[in-house]
Amino acid sequence: MTWLSDAAVERLRDVADFPVPPARYEMLEPLARGGMGTVYRARDRELDRVVAMKVLSATSAREDLPLRMQQEARILAALEHPGIVPVYDVGTLDDGRIFYVMKLVQGPRLDEHAADRPLAERLRLFTRICEPVAFAHARGVVHRDLKPANVMIGAFGEVLVLDWGVAQTISDCGAATMDARPTVAGTAGYMPPEQARGDAVDARADVFALGGILHFLLTGAPPDAAPLQGPRAVQAICRKARADAPADRYADVPSLVGDVDRFLAGDSVSALDEGALDRIARVVRRNRVAIAIVVTYLMLRYLIAWLAP
Amino acid sequence: MNLPATRHSILEAVRSDDAEVRRDGYGAMVAVYWKPVYKYVRLRWRIAADEAQDTTQEFFARAIEKSFFESYDASKARFRTFLRLCLDRFIANERKASARMKRGGGQIVVPLDFQSAEGELLQHDVALPPDLDEYFHREWIRSLCALAVDDLRREYEAAGKRRQFRVFERYDLEAPAGGIALTYTDVAAECDVSPADVTNYLFAARRAFRRALLERLRSVCGTSREFEAEARQLLRGGLR
Repeated sequence: MTWLSDAAVERLRDVADFPVPPARYEMLEPLARGGMGTVYRARDRELDRVVAMKVLSATSAREDLPLRMQQEARILAALEHPGIVPVYDVGTLDDGRIFYVMKLVQGPRLDEHAADRPLAERLRLFTRICEPVAFAHARGVVHRDLKPANVMIGAFGEVLVLDWGVAQTISDCGAATMDARPTVAGTAGYMPPEQARGDAVDARADVFALGGILHFLLTGAPPDAAPLQGPRAVQAICRKARADAPADRYADVPSLVGDVDRFLAGDSVSALDEGALDRIARVVRRNRVAIAIVVTYLMLRYLIAWLAP
Repeated sequence: MNLPATRHSILEAVRSDDAEVRRDGYGAMVAVYWKPVYKYVRLRWRIAADEAQDTTQEFFARAIEKSFFESYDASKARFRTFLRLCLDRFIANERKASARMKRGGGQIVVPLDFQSAEGELLQHDVALPPDLDEYFHREWIRSLCALAVDDLRREYEAAGKRRQFRVFERYDLEAPAGGIALTYTDVAAECDVSPADVTNYLFAARRAFRRALLERLRSVCGTSREFEAEARQLLRGGLR
């Protein structure tokens, strides 16, 4: 048997996986690796621009995967939204691996984003994360792998939802049309129980994952890694989004966003059955400026009356 | 897709009713695992070279005789993990009994080049590695890569492409002198080809190597899922 040094083994492992793209593209360097494949920086020679090329792992035993991946890439290419990274091209390498070419976007991921921002700012950020997801749902696509690492915050504060590699289309009856493979799709902590079981999923699977992202924004930690924090109403929103049974969750993303918006506006939220004290506290919070003015006025009146001869 | 499906699974082969297929399966398994096993025995169990050679041979001989590997359940662990646990149990039992069974007539003796394994071991610090799982995995990858390189060499020699293989060997396998990386021009001059030929030869040889490596890997995995998981670890797109 040939003797191989450590350096030779490392080199062979690298060269065995490094893709040889079509002539139009020049591979530069690997950027990141995910469960489905590796993202490389590449140059599009025809348009003279740097792009991101995601090359899917070549090790799946599913013979129909290339076709399905191409279908998914086409679906994603049709999702034109400022919060979704556009797909420019899709194809097959000489060795049979599928690749996508996407716009190269750079910036911190949500899990690297500073967590010490005011609650209202974090909640507004959350609603912006929800926008492209709701847009995709309206066009019949479920993301299925939403998590902080798949949300990028751009240089100008724009929010991009990434990694649609395991997205699925939703049939008319509401369930995903392509079979779910729990070993491939989803991330523990953000994946709903039905997806973990390999059952069909619908938009409520993403609602569950968005609940996990909300948990992350409230606590700075993934679900199950830290207890929920924050106002009771927001905790209730998070718990409802992350209910085990899909029927107990928000029916769709706009309903979830609606509750967050209502909280931000100082209104009651559907996820929390308020008691009298909750209602009083909320009214006080909502009208705290007016209440402060009235209280100050009354105190001044009392003071003047007390000081008067 | 681009999946190698030609090499018969070793795990299927060792369970075959056909004695010849079974024997070939065990032969292929020993080819992949004997070096990791030998080095692991030397380091994990601190067994001297002579005795480690016997232990390695006995382990495989006993595994074949007693059909250890036929009880492997792919749903419980990766095969390499299972094999290592079998090995640990085998050595522990041998020590407990203090009565090592000597190899005798009729037992299967696998010819193994222990001298080369010992030489490889001496190239490293023989101190106990901090993570023996990781060490066994690394040695297993080394074996797989080496066997894939041998497969590729045989394929190229059969096709009369010695020069093409030499380019691959020179650029991708051999350590650069003085730590200075070779350029395509250097290799072209050494191998008496043009730099464009080097590009083309490397392109083809790397693809062929990739295929050979995945074939070897598939042959030692119990299930498609195990193969996918192992391949994701083995191939990582140039990322550290």
